[in-house]
Amino acid sequence: MDIKDVENLAELARIELDEEEKKSLLHDMESILGYVKQINEVKIEDVEAEYQVYNVWREDELEKDRDFSLELILQQFPESQDGFLKVKKIL
Amino acid sequence: MDLKNLTIKKARLALDKKEFSALDLASAYLTEIKNKNEKLNAYLEVYDDVLAQAKRADEMMARGDSYPLLGIPLAIKDNILVEGRKTTSASKILGNYFASYNATAILKLKKQGAVFLGRTNMDEFALGSSTENSAYGVTKNPYDPSRVPGGTSGGSAASVGADMALGALGSDTGGSIRLPASFCGVYGLKPTYGGVSRYGLAAAASSFDVIGPIAKTLEDAEIIFNAIKGKDELDSTSISQNNKTETEKGKVVGIPWDLIEADGINPEIKKNFKEVVEKLKTRGYKIKDIKLPNCLALYYIVNFAEVSSNLSRFDGVRYGAHISANDVLGEYFASRGEGLGKESRRRILLGAYVLSAGYYDAYYGKAQAARTVLRRDFKKIFGEVDLVLTPTSPVPPWRPGEKADPLSVYLADIFTVTANIVGLPSLSMPSGFMEVEGVKLPLGIQFMAPHLSEDLLLRVGKEYEA
Repeated sequence: MDIKDVENLAELARIELDEEEKKSLLHDMESILGYVKQINEVKIEDVEAEYQVYNVWREDELEKDRDFSLELILQQFPESQDGFLKVKKIL
Repeated sequence: MDLKNLTIKKARLALDKKEFSALDLASAYLTEIKNKNEKLNAYLEVYDDVLAQAKRADEMMARGDSYPLLGIPLAIKDNILVEGRKTTSASKILGNYFASYNATAILKLKKQGAVFLGRTNMDEFALGSSTENSAYGVTKNPYDPSRVPGGTSGGSAASVGADMALGALGSDTGGSIRLPASFCGVYGLKPTYGGVSRYGLAAAASSFDVIGPIAKTLEDAEIIFNAIKGKDELDSTSISQNNKTETEKGKVVGIPWDLIEADGINPEIKKNFKEVVEKLKTRGYKIKDIKLPNCLALYYIVNFAEVSSNLSRFDGVRYGAHISANDVLGEYFASRGEGLGKESRRRILLGAYVLSAGYYDAYYGKAQAARTVLRRDFKKIFGEVDLVLTPTSPVPPWRPGEKADPLSVYLADIFTVTANIVGLPSLSMPSGFMEVEGVKLPLGIQFMAPHLSEDLLLRVGKEYEA
C-alpha cells in the first residue's frame, strides 16, 4: 500500500483527510492488514460461503404503538423548504 | 438506601411492599450519579425527567399494575434510540441528533414502566474495546479510575459497577457487553443473534450486533433479558425463543486450552481461570479439551466490511452534523471528515479495502467461507460438550493511551468475537480479582452455549456460584 491507495479509499468513502492523517492511516492499515492476512492460512478445502439470506415480508404498515415523530425528522433537516429536505443542486 | 447491596430483585420486593417508592429509588440513584459521574464519565447525559418517570411508575403501582421492571432505574447505551432523546453513538456526527422513534427494546421496557436514568458513554459507533474511542472522553473504571472500563458498552458497565444504575442495556458486536462487564466486576449477557430486536439500535456490524443486559446478578440479567427478548416484525433477523430445541443436560464443559495457554494471555488470568475450572469440577462438571481457532482475523475483516457499509449513511444531509460546501459531494466529504472519529475513519477505509474488487476474494470472500467452516465446527463441538468456557479477556483493564497501536486493542477481543461470528449466546460473569500495583482489578469468565440456550448459561452460572 502507499499514500495513493489511502487517498483512493478515502475518495471512495467520501472522507476528507489531512496529510498527517493519511500517513498515520497508511501505517495503521499496513499493520492491521498484515495481521488479518492470516485468514489465508485457514483451511477451508472446498467449503463455499453460506450466506443465510432469505426474504421476509410484512405489510408496509406500522403497528399501532409504533409511532415515530415526523416533527423530529423535519426539525433535524439541515435545510428545508415547505416541509421538504433541501439539498444543493446535484445535476 | 443501601445501593451497594441492592439488586433489581430486591428492589422489586421493596417496591411491592412499599418500603420505598420508585421516586425514592430514582432520587437515590440521581444523588449517586451526581456524586460519581464527574469522575467516572459513565453517563453522557442524565435525563431531566427521571423523577417524572418515577412518579408515573408509582402511579402505575398504585393502580395495581405489576411488572418485573416497574419503577426500576436503568441506564441505556447511547446507541439505542429513545424517542425525543438525544442519541449520539458517542460520535460528533450525531452530536445534535434526536431519536424520532423508540427502539423495540426501549418500547418493551417502557411498557413495563422502567425508569431511564440517562444515556451512557461508549466507543464511537461501538468500535473499540475500552471507550477510548468516544468523542466525549473516556469512561473510568470504577475499581481503578486510572484504568479503562472496557468497551464498547463501558459507560453501561461502569454505571452498574459503580451503583449508578440498577441495570443497563448494552450492545455486543464482538464482546462489547462482556468485556466491559468483566472489567467492571458485573454480569453481561450477549443473547443469541436475533434474540433481541435490533430495531432502533445504531448499526455497527449488522451480522454480529445484538442488544443485551448488564447487571449486578445473574437473576437481574435474566429479568432484563426476559423483558426485551423476542421476535419483532421490524427486525427480519429477530427470532423467537420458542424455536429452541430441548435443553441439554449441561454438565460437560469444553475448554480450548491451546488458545488459553498461548503467549499474550496474562499469567494471573490463566491462574484464576484454572481455579474456576477446579471449582466447576467440584460442582459435578466434566471438563473436555476442545480445539478452537483464533478468530480475530475473520472477525475484523467482516467487521470492517459491514462497518464501512453501515456508516455510509452518515453524510450530514438529513440529520446530524452538517458542514456546508459548494456542492453535495463537498458536503459529504467535509461532514464525514469532521464528524467521524479516528477509529471510525480507519475502519471505513479498511472496509472499503477488503471489499474492493482486487482484494474481495482474498479477504472478505475468504472470511465468509471461514465463517461457514466455524459454524460447522461448532455444530460438532456442541455434539460433544454442552458449553464452552474461556476467560472473558486475555488482559486486565489497561490505562487510557497505554495501547496506542489499534491492533493491540483488537487483540483484547480474542475470546469474545467467536460467539458473535457464530451467533451464539454468551455470558460473562465475575471470577475474582487480580492485584495490579496494589489495586484489585476484577476478572471475568465467559460461557458460550448453543443457539437460544440463554437459560442454560444462566442455570450453569447459578450452579457455579451456589
